[in-house]
Amino acid sequence: MLKVENVSKVFRSGAFGGKKKRVIHDVDFEVKPGEVVSLIGESGSGKTTVGRMILRLTSVSEGRITFDGEDVSTLKGASLKAYYRRVQGVFQDPFSSFNPIFKVGRVFRTIRREFLSDLDNAAWEERLTNALNAVGLEVAALDKFPHQMSGGQLQRLLIARALVLDIRLLVADEIISMLDASTRIDVLNLLGDLKRQGLSIIFVTHDLALGNYISDRIIILQKGVIVEMGATDRVFGDPQHPYTRSLLDAVPHLHERWSEEELKDLGLVADTARFGGHLIEHRENHLVRVYS
Amino acid sequence: MLAVSDLKIHYRTLAGAVKALDGVSFSVADGEIMGLAGESGCGKSTLGKALIRLEERMQYVGGQVTLDDKVLPIADDRAMNPYRFREVSIVPQYAMSALNPTRRIGRMIDELLEARGLKGATLRPELERRLAILGLTPDVLGMYPIELSGGMKQRVVMVLSTLLDPSLLIADEVTSALDVASQKKVAGALVEFRDRGYVKSMIVVTHDLAILAQVADSIMIMYAGKLAEKAPTRTIVEAPAHPYTRLLLGSLPEVGIRFEEKRLPGIKGRPPSLLSPPTGCRFRDRCPLAFDKCAEEPPFIEIAPGHQVACWKADAHAEG
Repeated sequence: MLKVENVSKVFRSGAFGGKKKRVIHDVDFEVKPGEVVSLIGESGSGKTTVGRMILRLTSVSEGRITFDGEDVSTLKGASLKAYYRRVQGVFQDPFSSFNPIFKVGRVFRTIRREFLSDLDNAAWEERLTNALNAVGLEVAALDKFPHQMSGGQLQRLLIARALVLDIRLLVADEIISMLDASTRIDVLNLLGDLKRQGLSIIFVTHDLALGNYISDRIIILQKGVIVEMGATDRVFGDPQHPYTRSLLDAVPHLHERWSEEELKDLGLVADTARFGGHLIEHRENHLVRVYS
Repeated sequence: MLAVSDLKIHYRTLAGAVKALDGVSFSVADGEIMGLAGESGCGKSTLGKALIRLEERMQYVGGQVTLDDKVLPIADDRAMNPYRFREVSIVPQYAMSALNPTRRIGRMIDELLEARGLKGATLRPELERRLAILGLTPDVLGMYPIELSGGMKQRVVMVLSTLLDPSLLIADEVTSALDVASQKKVAGALVEFRDRGYVKSMIVVTHDLAILAQVADSIMIMYAGKLAEKAPTRTIVEAPAHPYTRLLLGSLPEVGIRFEEKRLPGIKGRPPSLLSPPTGCRFRDRCPLAFDKCAEEPPFIEIAPGHQVACWKADAHAEG
């Protein structure tokens, strides 16, 4: 369905864009229908940039991204609108995604005007109710102001906003990192339910536990390079790349305390990035970067 | 040693007083790292802030705070000054933005010390020694904050906050904005400084129970401005007695748990408004075990040595 083919991103800075900085190196992966793929990495790993390129919020420097065989970067006008009917994003901060002056229902009216103006009222109401029910909210919620709702409810509204459009792919960028532990799991479970109904999700996160809970496949990014990718149980159960291992070692567990040496050990592999090398198939459904 | 008794702090708002801390009593022993956890709006940050400086909107209503047998004048901003930095210190929530971006870090620290009537030069060797303990070279003192990563800035602020060996350090969400690798370094730094005696006791405020399970000696759980449970870390993690603590722990996805195999439950509903908090147990509306007696407020009592709970059904839990 979605193919990211050898994509790189170069940011230009300085006078006349003379300085170049390559932030994404040759990233290549695919998302199939009904699949949840997690992009996991630390800050600066380029995980958000990949998501933004898929949503066309930033351009692709090299390589191409295709959706159902169509090159995303060439879309314009009506075909771009058609793309956004199928692919939508939800971002980290739900509070800044809403205008605090207006009731939250306004977001849905805008969507209707932009994308679904051909629907009659009854059909629209039905679609809206279905989308809100899917995220566990009542239609009455649309009459509230953003400050009257919790972060989790706002985040669910934003997901409903995407669902109104019959989307097939959702790019979820750190959508639960700002939520409380108790509401987090509700949003995660919602993503799981949507996946069961056939929605594909690209889940961008720095939290390995969350990625592990929800995803079918994991992509580990380090400084814009994919170092390891594959089925969740392969990558997390049998990590091969030293970077993946150091990330997993640094995850705190509830029932297992780090030893004193582990806790006070300041030298982490995570600090050293290596470029070059290439991905090889360690075994089925599990790719690892090796350096020759 | 810190002792807090029946502390009440309200926020002044146009709609009335928000009772963010509604009668909180606990103590932290010397050498103890106490974790303080709960949902947003439960009063955990308010408690941390109240011990060092009341913001404009915060109003001291009652209660007493004793640190090393001296009563802290927390209601009096001026009188608190001699205690701040020397006796009580804080690493704020966004330490990364606490550093002045226009000053080199070394100079900023010197200015700060001078403002307290101290000489930067005399403390410089100690400062460099402590930075080295946390894996930072003296070079960072010649750098601007923008040149450091979030985790490095967090550690610089930690060294600075504890430079005068305060008795109590409050660490407010110090790991929340960091990646796993930096998070682990900062967590290690907290324990290291306690072990070396740079700080006698610590309150680590966070919503991340997994990190507390790594560093804290005891954990205190707050709910809607009140204490729900306090116990040694192992007890909280392995045998929590308050239904809220249980639900909170049960909603944590850990590496190894998959949605496909095990769907974790959330906690239904939202915490009550603290403008006019409900009577009785405040968790009652969301509690799966609530019964008639919960209309009365449960006392915060000890059910085992060092294990205090505010729940009418807590005894039954501890046995079962």
